[in-house]
Amino acid sequence: MTLASLLPVAIILSSLIPGLAIFLVREESHLLRGLLNMAGALTKLALVGVLIWGVYHGHVYEARLALAPGLELVLSADALSVLFVSLSALLWLVTTVYAIGYLEHSPNRSRFFGFFSLCVSATVGIALAGNLPSFVIFYELLTLATYPLVAHRGTPDAVRGARIYLAYTLSGGVALLIGAIWLQSLSGPQDFTQGGYLSNLSEAHRGALIAIFALLLAGLGVKAALVPLHGWLPQSMVAPAPVSALLHAVAVVKAGAFGIVRLVYDVYGVEFAHALGLLGLLGALASLTILYGSLRALAQDGLKKRLAYSTVSQVSYIALGASILGPVATIGGLVHLVHQGIMKITLFFCAGNYAETLGVHRVSEMDGVGQRMPLTTLAFSLGALGMIGIPPIAGFVSKWYLGLGAIEAQAHWVLLILALSSLLNAAYFLPILYRAWFRPAPAAWPEESPRRGRFETQGALLWPPLITAAFCLLAGLLAAAPFSPLEWVELIARREYP
Amino acid sequence: MSSLALAVTLPLLGALLATLWPGRAQPLGLAASLLTALASAWVIAEVWQAGALRLELGGWSAPLGIALVADGFSAAFLGLSALVALGSGLYASTYFSTREMQARFWPLWLLLWAALNALFLAGDFFNLYVTLELLGLTAAALGALGATPEALRANLRYLLIGLLGSLTYLLGVTLIYIAHGTLDLALVGAAITAGPVDATALALMTLGLALKAALFPLHGWLAPAHANAPAPVSAALSALVVKAAFYLIARLWLDVFAPLITPWAASLMGLLGAGAVLWGSWRALRAEQLKVLAAYSTVAQIGALCLFLPLLQGLPAGAAREQLVAALVLMALTHGLAKSGLFLAAGLVQRAAGHDRIAELGGTAQRLPATTFTLGLAGAALIGLPPSGAFIGKWLLIEAALERGQWWWVVVLALGTLLSAAYVFRVLSRAFNQDPTPGRFVSEARTELPALLLALLATAGLGLASAPLWRLLGVAPS
Repeated sequence: MTLASLLPVAIILSSLIPGLAIFLVREESHLLRGLLNMAGALTKLALVGVLIWGVYHGHVYEARLALAPGLELVLSADALSVLFVSLSALLWLVTTVYAIGYLEHSPNRSRFFGFFSLCVSATVGIALAGNLPSFVIFYELLTLATYPLVAHRGTPDAVRGARIYLAYTLSGGVALLIGAIWLQSLSGPQDFTQGGYLSNLSEAHRGALIAIFALLLAGLGVKAALVPLHGWLPQSMVAPAPVSALLHAVAVVKAGAFGIVRLVYDVYGVEFAHALGLLGLLGALASLTILYGSLRALAQDGLKKRLAYSTVSQVSYIALGASILGPVATIGGLVHLVHQGIMKITLFFCAGNYAETLGVHRVSEMDGVGQRMPLTTLAFSLGALGMIGIPPIAGFVSKWYLGLGAIEAQAHWVLLILALSSLLNAAYFLPILYRAWFRPAPAAWPEESPRRGRFETQGALLWPPLITAAFCLLAGLLAAAPFSPLEWVELIARREYP
Repeated sequence: MSSLALAVTLPLLGALLATLWPGRAQPLGLAASLLTALASAWVIAEVWQAGALRLELGGWSAPLGIALVADGFSAAFLGLSALVALGSGLYASTYFSTREMQARFWPLWLLLWAALNALFLAGDFFNLYVTLELLGLTAAALGALGATPEALRANLRYLLIGLLGSLTYLLGVTLIYIAHGTLDLALVGAAITAGPVDATALALMTLGLALKAALFPLHGWLAPAHANAPAPVSAALSALVVKAAFYLIARLWLDVFAPLITPWAASLMGLLGAGAVLWGSWRALRAEQLKVLAAYSTVAQIGALCLFLPLLQGLPAGAAREQLVAALVLMALTHGLAKSGLFLAAGLVQRAAGHDRIAELGGTAQRLPATTFTLGLAGAALIGLPPSGAFIGKWLLIEAALERGQWWWVVVLALGTLLSAAYVFRVLSRAFNQDPTPGRFVSEARTELPALLLALLATAGLGLASAPLWRLLGVAPS
């Protein structure tokens, strides 16, 4: 095993080992647990830094382990994996800080942080998976690792939400597994290849390939919350705020979307998928999801539920980008993988702060929160405006490239979807901002926490949203700078469309 | 002395000594366990080197004498027995706290192990019959150790059904002897003809073994017997004793009688397997007690193993067949390890709660993090989730089914997977409640760790590091 093959393995182990160690930590050893958490998160970030540098310079990082004849566990890093790995590593660090602050006085922290780390390990595994079987393995591991996080609170509601989550994701997992095996029985064992590896299969397999695409898409669509497979997502909102943040921005939902991107670009190949007529199916599903999610978000009074439906809608931008043929739309979809992540995690951090500090859980209770918690509300506003697509925040860049890509591909209906969706985004976010900043605050908050630091809330809860909000702004302002998400995605697109 | 002979005689000797010195049964038993496991490891090492072993007892060669034989297939099961018996034995040394129980447990336990090893190494039909009888007797006696009325009733039934099974098997053996004048497996295998006698013999032997393996619809005796036995015994019964009968079915169908098997016969076995997968999983899902759930899940697993038979039928010797047989072994081994871990953990939950009613487990599961973790790991392997060995086995099974155009087995496996996920998580979800946080991960290392290690071997060990097993089974890495 060479150094180059060690790097992807080390990136997974940097959260797996601390995670397993944390299970063994006694409940009252805050310091040791915090130390393990932070050591893992920082190590991972450093390793990912090396990986970014290496992949940019064209180095190959690959590790292989034979599981059975014809079945290999492959970890490798291409530009697309790096995009997802960096997002996960960065947001894991921020979320860990947040979670330590958020759960400071709640029970079962060793169990929580153990599974939290396993969850990130699985996500990074998904990002680094170099072939479909490896992807399936980590995808299922992610299901297993997130179940205890959703059920964490142990209330009947939480256990029920977790059960629904599991029913959806495991059924999706079965579809994905069968699709993956069927595909391998046609193509033989293959690694993910830029441009796909199926286009030279014989014409006779056309029907099978379409059926396999549908199976795989069903499996991935459950986690990506494509309508009508999204039912678990609002139910799993019972999880603690850091879990929701991670689920919506990095781990579960994003894993599904990332899988769709892999499926279109590196298994079928975007041109071959187009030739089979599969992009139309994907585009229709994505558009339906975008509009449906936004419409449902409008009607929610619970803040986290509104954010959940907003996720349903926003994540499908990624699938929409993948369903349009052409490099510019690809850029728009892929860059949203990162942009949606940083914006949505900001919003969930803020929602957690309102709940934890003031006991505010509903939109209708948010009158005047901006006066009581100006910094949190500033971060929330940046995230929300970004989601609507106001320049110069990150979300604008995504929508701009999606729109341009649609024009380039002559898919003008996409512009209509984008316009409608932006209107709906504004309709469910702007009233919140109006309430928060301009309505008078009530005499007493529903359940104000006695603990607060020097600022409006504890530092560990305040810094993470401020930092991620800054990311949202910077990703938009500095979109043209080297190593910005946009620049990196352009690199991927150049490699996909030579 | 040869390793093959040691693997059978050491546990026998241990059983004898433990009977003679009941006061010292435990240390003697543990020492004999360790030595037996070492002897098994030696057999495996020799098979690894030489591919196959044969020992003519007393220097008499077949058809006159009897032989012990070992190949990769039997070595793999020998290894499974050693791991499960060692882990469960260690667990039992704490689980049975009185000298009296220990004095009863160890001789029977070592006899059971000797019978298992002898079965896996036997080279002729009559030896197999003797080991089957010994296995059935010791298993029923061990199962009744708890001496509750339910345990006695269930195990008496188990004993009688076991006797019926071995007698049916013996009937088949008689036919073989009449037709071929020998009982040596290899010689009979070479002389098999597609006539009614051999076919009847196979049918009788399979029927007898199916009774012992609790193959659907002959599984009725299993749940009460396994659920009422003490935990370490249930672990061995479910992981090893039932698997031993299936091992023999596989030997006969894939090896000795392979030319006789028609597509119809193999499909029938597959159909029974499918019934077992669905019905066993369904009953496990409806079970009210944890150990009953585990027992029905065993019924489903034997069914899953039977699904390999229709896909192996007619598959010519070669890489594809070897791989599928290896996948079968991998799945059987994973199930064995996972099931023993599950039963051991269930025993701890039962002891801590005073009962094993799933609906009322709540706080107990949360108080025992390591044990709940074991239930989770074992459960993941039973469902066939990655990275367990069962996942790989399932992958290859589905691949074979799709390649041979028999997609209906895929539907059965998909349903089985979802049902088993439902019953596993029905238990695990009890661990999430608002009871006080447990202080530490492991509370009693000597019982919790063997269970955890067995479950971990099933999930991570056989999943990620199964390369040696493929090599042992003679499958070339590709």
